[in-house]
Amino acid sequence: MAKVPLQNDPFRKYNLTLAERLYFPAIAKGMGVTLSHFFAKPVTVQYPEEKVEISHRWRGRHVLKRDEFGRERCVGCQMCELACPADAITIQAGEVPPERRHLHTTERYSVTYEIDMLRCIFCGMCEEACPEAAIFMTPFYEFTEDSRDKLIYTKEMLTEKIGGPIFYKD
Amino acid sequence: MDAQTIVFAILALISLFSGIMVVTRKNPVHSILFLVLMFFCFAGFYVMLGATFLAAIQVLVYAGAIMVLFLFVVMMLNLRDPEALEGGTSFFQTLGFVVAIGFGIVLLAFLAGKPGPGVPTFPPGEAAYALGDAKSLGQELFHNYVFPFEIAGILLLAAVIGAVALAKRERV
Amino acid sequence: MNEIGAFIIEKSAVGVFVFIVLLTIVAYATLGERKIAGFFQDRHGPNRAGPWGLLQVVADGVKFFMKEEFNPDRANKVLFIIAPTFTFMAAGFLMAVIPFGDRMIIGGREVLLQLADINIGILYILAIGSLGVYGIITGGWASNNKYSLMGGLRSSSQMISYEIAMGLAIVALILDHGSFSLRDIVLNQTGPIWNWSVFTHPIGFLIFLVATFAEASRVPFDLPEAENEIVAGYHTEYSAMKFGLFMFGEYVHMTLASGLIATLYFGGWSIPFVATPAEPGIFWGLLTFGVFWAKTLFFMFVFMWVRWTLPRFRYDQLMNLGWKRLIPLGLLNIFVMALILLWTGGAGMD
Repeated sequence: MAKVPLQNDPFRKYNLTLAERLYFPAIAKGMGVTLSHFFAKPVTVQYPEEKVEISHRWRGRHVLKRDEFGRERCVGCQMCELACPADAITIQAGEVPPERRHLHTTERYSVTYEIDMLRCIFCGMCEEACPEAAIFMTPFYEFTEDSRDKLIYTKEMLTEKIGGPIFYKD
Repeated sequence: MDAQTIVFAILALISLFSGIMVVTRKNPVHSILFLVLMFFCFAGFYVMLGATFLAAIQVLVYAGAIMVLFLFVVMMLNLRDPEALEGGTSFFQTLGFVVAIGFGIVLLAFLAGKPGPGVPTFPPGEAAYALGDAKSLGQELFHNYVFPFEIAGILLLAAVIGAVALAKRERV
Repeated sequence: MNEIGAFIIEKSAVGVFVFIVLLTIVAYATLGERKIAGFFQDRHGPNRAGPWGLLQVVADGVKFFMKEEFNPDRANKVLFIIAPTFTFMAAGFLMAVIPFGDRMIIGGREVLLQLADINIGILYILAIGSLGVYGIITGGWASNNKYSLMGGLRSSSQMISYEIAMGLAIVALILDHGSFSLRDIVLNQTGPIWNWSVFTHPIGFLIFLVATFAEASRVPFDLPEAENEIVAGYHTEYSAMKFGLFMFGEYVHMTLASGLIATLYFGGWSIPFVATPAEPGIFWGLLTFGVFWAKTLFFMFVFMWVRWTLPRFRYDQLMNLGWKRLIPLGLLNIFVMALILLWTGGAGMD
């Protein structure tokens, strides 16, 4: 059976026309394309002054929420620590001392709660794992510090201040 | 002492220095770079003698093209150990030394004798300046010396064809 | 004041003036390149240092001086250090014969805005232009690095190949104009715009343009520094101000090459349809100076424009184009030009 050439065989020998062999029409065309971009408006977003509009569901800095009575929702169950694929969360759980009982929902709480923002991959698994709806991610994304230590966020930094949500934007 | 003599003295000193460096350097790349410097000084001499066209050609052909090829070849060969080249004096080194001494004697004898007709004097007169530019050189080449010029051209053509024939790969 | 003293003062003044303008333009060409690159890619380009990034040049200069001067361990130290100066000097020497402007009369004295109007101007440019390769080849060799050496070798073979094509294009031009002097060539192109050599030598212009791109190692012929094959080519091992000199030398070369294109094919400092006044004052001199730089800046823009349009050639394509296309085309061009001149009795005929 005779070999039938494919319709769009990329290896088919293609004879260039004279215009193509001279290159110049193609070069002129290419120069035209680049020149049109030269006069086009830049698409740059001038970052520190201008910012890209981001979704309110953006997964940025974490926040530990309080309930409507101002009590910490976190019960120190360490589900988020377990769920974290980057091992960024470190929790030490403990029993709530009696004088702090009014600040917590149960008698178990997280004594320390640290998130290493350099390890965090902002996947949101901690949010999903939390049975108490205590940890959420906010649209804040500008983590710039001059030392690595400052990027290990402690419980004090992460917990919502009493008197209203902080890092939440509608 | 006029300005011309001073410039000549400087050029002569540099060219002598670089000439000595060319033959005494162990590293062939250094030798070649000093040779380039020497060609520059020669171009300077040509300018002083009124042969501006020749000076430009000297730099263009010798310093700009031929020495680049030399450098190219020396770098490709990559003579790793220049010390290994030393050894004793070979037959050719002795021969070269003898020839150089002989040539030097001839030159000195030539300089000692009084300049005859046709030997250029320094500084050159107006006639030499008029002769040195491209136009008069072209007139001479294409009118009085057209036959030698053509012969030289054919020689070069033969050399080019020979080089192509040598470098051409056998067609399989 | 005697004649020699006045001559020295005149030439020094012109030299310093032209040199300062040239260096300023070259320094801003580095910024211009980045700005224009930005515009071609729908970006802004550098705009943080000063208004429109104008102080970027100063910042870059300071950066070059503050960086670590690094010499490779087994490098040939002397050649490694002087190689960048070769490139810079060879590029700078070109300045001497380029006609930056017309003559003007200042205080009864005729001043030419050109350092030396020698009768071998074009040959001088070819000769000095061919020396730029020494900086690259010695720098590449002295680095004691295989990529640097490859860059140097590529550069030397590329320069030798394209010099021939460039020379052939210029020979046809000289046949027509009958002079090696760049000022004569500019004077021949004054008057109506169709006197520009680009209209009488379109093929020669094309060859010259392509060869100039190759000589200045600009895209698409920047094989000596092809980063995807040989890191950064001949300046792989260079850092700090030594690298700065290489880069600056390249920009000087590009600027003067643009000036040469403008001079040889686009009338240099001449303004179409405008003749030199009988008493050219300083205003006329500066006007022609400005016209020269306007044309030159346009060709610098073309250099950058091409850079962001065409991809780099492969090495064998480069050699093919140089030896099998441009050189035969150049010879044919000379032949045709000679025939035409024989027919019409051109300027070169006596």
